[in-house]
Amino acid sequence: MSHDHGHQEGAHHPDAPSEIEARTLALESLLVEKGILTSEDVDRVISTYEHDIGPMIGAHLVARAWLDPGYRERLLRDAPAAVRELGYEYRADTRLVVIANQPDVHNMVVCTLCSCYPWMVLGLPPTWYKSAPYRSRAVSEPRAVLAELGLQLPDDIAITVWDSSAELRYMVLPERPDGTDGWTEKQLTAIVSRDCMIGVARPEVPALAGKH
Amino acid sequence: MNGVHDMGGMHGFGPVIAERSEPVFHARWEGVVRGMVDGTAGRYFNFDEFRRVMERMPAEDYLRASYYEKWLYAIETILKEKGVVTAGELATGRPSRPPPPPARKQSPPQQTPRFNTGDRVVTRNLNPKGHTRLPRYARGKRGVIRSLRGSFMLPDANAHGRGPEWQPCYAVEFDASELWGAEARPEDRVCIDLWESYLDPEASA
Repeated sequence: MSHDHGHQEGAHHPDAPSEIEARTLALESLLVEKGILTSEDVDRVISTYEHDIGPMIGAHLVARAWLDPGYRERLLRDAPAAVRELGYEYRADTRLVVIANQPDVHNMVVCTLCSCYPWMVLGLPPTWYKSAPYRSRAVSEPRAVLAELGLQLPDDIAITVWDSSAELRYMVLPERPDGTDGWTEKQLTAIVSRDCMIGVARPEVPALAGKH
Repeated sequence: MNGVHDMGGMHGFGPVIAERSEPVFHARWEGVVRGMVDGTAGRYFNFDEFRRVMERMPAEDYLRASYYEKWLYAIETILKEKGVVTAGELATGRPSRPPPPPARKQSPPQQTPRFNTGDRVVTRNLNPKGHTRLPRYARGKRGVIRSLRGSFMLPDANAHGRGPEWQPCYAVEFDASELWGAEARPEDRVCIDLWESYLDPEASA
């Protein structure tokens, strides 16, 4: 399923073409030589995205919002402050905006013009989010796109698609699913996937969860 | 610019296919590209300029390139255009002159927005050859101001070294049927962040 992308944008290159790799390393060493950055700076960026920033941050915000109506309100009003409130550093120059799903409205996020994404709470975007199929079709046929990603949305739920065209980054606050009464924040966090917060999935309660 | 990067509503790209257990970077060079962009953006160029450079990639290359191939093209090009590195330095790997001084951050001024939440607007039919963040699919369309987002630098100027031209920016909500016609679900919506100069009041349109 993953490697049959043809030559569309979604294709990736496990073995990077050596020309690309060589160009990358040439530019990096020149920037280091010129004192513009250090290779430690570059390594730190890589390590930060690989280990420190990821969907676990967004999932924590969602779980807290489900448990604490006051926090939910603060998250929807001033998301960067709400991120800091849970002890995370907010490193972005762009502003995070959190959009809450409603019983009758499902929200999903795209950037049709490039690939803007709420990386400060979800980490770097998956390849499909940056791909031409998603960027072209999320705004015009969202239900078909959701179905391809595994979400069959009931007919009575309306969709609002957020096309991130400015220096704002959108994250979806999904609705808390039934069957999670009495769950701890940790239990709730575990059912909030990255895709739920992009708005292409909804949290699901595993069949046996909650039966202690 | 009416380029291939402006993909909203296009057909022919096929289904959305998710990769299972995708790594953050597929190869180390992708992370290095990311690190170089993060380490120079805001100091030597702004992100509107970066996006503009990427949009100028030949269309066939843009469609063929992976995400980080596009980023590498863009960071090489913008750093050369800004005089941070020269083609000669890239060829030899040896510095020949110091980089220009980094830019300083700017703050938005207080502005009085022209529109209020709930106002009906129509987007202008703009087709600039330069950079814009008004997608093609949303030009000449009627929408409603959903909220004011604050003042942001107009990308159409900022991408081309003009300005800063600060403008109020709004989340504008469109009916899917206004954008895509009668086949769209009447209850579906698309919200786009749009700068004030992209918008007219509906009545005067």
